Amino acid sequence: MPFKLRTAVLSAAVIAFAASSGSAFAQKKYDTGASDTEIKIGNIIPYSGPASAYGSIGKTEAAYFRMINDRGGINGRKVNFISYDDAYSPPKAVEQVRKLVESDEVLVVFNPLGTPSNTAIQKYLNSKKIPQLFVATGATKWNDAKNFPWTIGWQPSYQSEAHIYAKWLMKEKPDAKIAILYQNDDFGKDYLKGTKDGLGAKASSMIMLEESYEISEPTIDSHIVKIKAANPDVLLIYATPKFAAQTIKKTAELGWKPLQIVTNVSISVGSVMQPAGFENAQGVLSAAYAKDGSDPQWNNDPGMKKWNEFLDKYMPGADKTESALVYGYGAAQTLAKVIEMCGNDLTRANVMKQAASLKNFTPDTLLPGVKINTSATDFAPISQLQMMRFKGQKWELFGEIISGDVLAD
Amino acid sequence: MSAAEEVVTEAPAVEAVPKRAMTLGYGTSLVVLAALILTPLFVKNFIIFQMTMVLIYGLAVLALNILTGGSGQFSLGQSAFYAVGAYTSAILMEHANINYALTLPVAGIICFAFGFLFGQPALRLSGVYLALATFALATAMPQLLKLGYFEHWTGGVQGLVVTKPDAPFGLPLSQDMWLYYFTLAITIGIYIASVNLLRSRSGRAFMAIRDNEIAASAMGIDVSLYKTLAFGVSAGITGVAGGLGAIAVQFVAPDGYTITLAISLFLGMVVGGVGWLPGSIVGSAFIIFVPNMAESISKGLSGAVFGVLLFLVIFLVPHGARQVALVAQQLAAKLKKN
Repeated sequence: MPFKLRTAVLSAAVIAFAASSGSAFAQKKYDTGASDTEIKIGNIIPYSGPASAYGSIGKTEAAYFRMINDRGGINGRKVNFISYDDAYSPPKAVEQVRKLVESDEVLVVFNPLGTPSNTAIQKYLNSKKIPQLFVATGATKWNDAKNFPWTIGWQPSYQSEAHIYAKWLMKEKPDAKIAILYQNDDFGKDYLKGTKDGLGAKASSMIMLEESYEISEPTIDSHIVKIKAANPDVLLIYATPKFAAQTIKKTAELGWKPLQIVTNVSISVGSVMQPAGFENAQGVLSAAYAKDGSDPQWNNDPGMKKWNEFLDKYMPGADKTESALVYGYGAAQTLAKVIEMCGNDLTRANVMKQAASLKNFTPDTLLPGVKINTSATDFAPISQLQMMRFKGQKWELFGEIISGDVLAD
Repeated sequence: MSAAEEVVTEAPAVEAVPKRAMTLGYGTSLVVLAALILTPLFVKNFIIFQMTMVLIYGLAVLALNILTGGSGQFSLGQSAFYAVGAYTSAILMEHANINYALTLPVAGIICFAFGFLFGQPALRLSGVYLALATFALATAMPQLLKLGYFEHWTGGVQGLVVTKPDAPFGLPLSQDMWLYYFTLAITIGIYIASVNLLRSRSGRAFMAIRDNEIAASAMGIDVSLYKTLAFGVSAGITGVAGGLGAIAVQFVAPDGYTITLAISLFLGMVVGGVGWLPGSIVGSAFIIFVPNMAESISKGLSGAVFGVLLFLVIFLVPHGARQVALVAQQLAAKLKKN
């Protein structure tokens, strides 16, 4: 069969090349997608479809690698960043990732976005032993080095964030009567589970009400009225931005003042706090791991200065309040660090090994004190957050950096 | 104006396609078949995977074509049947350890029943109203799949990961190539069966209903039976396509079967030519490859570029691939004469 023959010839050629070159540069090792001059990085992200707002992450990463290349690349090699649209659809994600691996022949797949898309490609990439690096989702299941040694997360998982809220509540408000409003999907349920695990034995006595809503509901006012009737004094809002804004607004309208905590997903000043009304949002709590691009307190921060210079030069006209720009920069910087650590051994196995040996690495955009740490058993790079309180028109950080590592089940 | 008059004066929803114009000639069919069989031997696994997806979506478009082109009923709910088929296969394979090939007929039968039952209330509706009713089905499906009651089976929002089958009997084929030929065999079987169905007594009944419902019933055709039957057959084939899709993609999740999929399939049917069965493959290739082309032209504006390309196709060849094929045929005939 012709295809068999071709493969055989090709592999023979590769072996011959490897054998002949082996003696010349003994320390240089490459897998498909890496060479003396270039490293191919693949990525999928929704540029179209319902989640297309995340497309800015891909654009930021592309711009970041343009900057790296203008500065001479990483260890002298240029980064060729190939990013495709998966429209947030799992079948499309499989198609595009296979195109990256089999047609473009990339070294690694970096920062693919969305829990469904990542689940769809995880098995394929692991069976082909291709790193699925720094996935852009907060599900807990990516921290599973034993079963999926080629997949590693990046941002704090939803569960570890919920753990942090639980820890804080047990310390600051041990007699709290907690109500939880959560979105009825994996996102909301991960938070719910994290909270219960974090409260441990006290969960049943402290949580008095769990109320879920569907993402298709136009408004969640009726849920808020129902929760208020139970009269809790802490309201955990595990909701996406639109619903978080509605909740904060509605509680204020009802003249009700519980202690409110919103998830890190819904902390945008522009798209949550402002629509909810700044006067209504005073005192709302949350937690963060990255700096806010629109927050003036970072004006003199060296990391954010670099971020601003980068945006001005490589993404002129970008909206700096978009958190995707902070996210994409941090993720791309982490990848650049890993590739730099690989040196001249650009095999997939070594990339994975280096990704799992980050020690106290701090990208420019993370909060002071939050550090990236990974090991052969810890595939959750960022697991620290700091509590913050909304005051005036911005978030104010307070307290210690809290850590909340959670392993996949 | 009475209801009967209204129906009579209403313009036919779908342009009548003569029976013979629904298929390709023997010679052309053989050439296409040879191309489909031989191409995978020379291309990468990834291209084979894409070709498999073209066949699978082609089947789903074909199913819609039988419903719309054959019996004149609209549906924007094909994604729901596709999802039911996909989940049936995935659940049977992963929870009950049933062989993948055996899950497909089950998926087909379940979807046939589902479509047949859905066809009952839908009987009272026609044209845009029917399209809206099916649209509701497509919007509801992803949420039904997320429901807590079924979560033990469906995996909820997380979906189910499906194991890809190896080639049987130790055949020296890669998984992708085996799955391609497996899909191709099923596609050919269903294609031939569909052509025969439309040429049979039932097919004539479909088309009579499409062209004029009252005349059809006057001729003794059981309109409600054949209308629901068309729905059932269409849903059944879509279900098989869904099952194959689940095996090829190795994953099912509610987000894969949104209304976008239903609209894509509808688009594929229009681009391929309504009522022209071979056009289904062309339409399916359109919905798979043209978004990729649009993306390579502009990432930020891929949606807009896709819209422009689609507009051009509809504007230049309103009858889709059928029109192109017809023109090509006439040109060939002219050349022969000279």
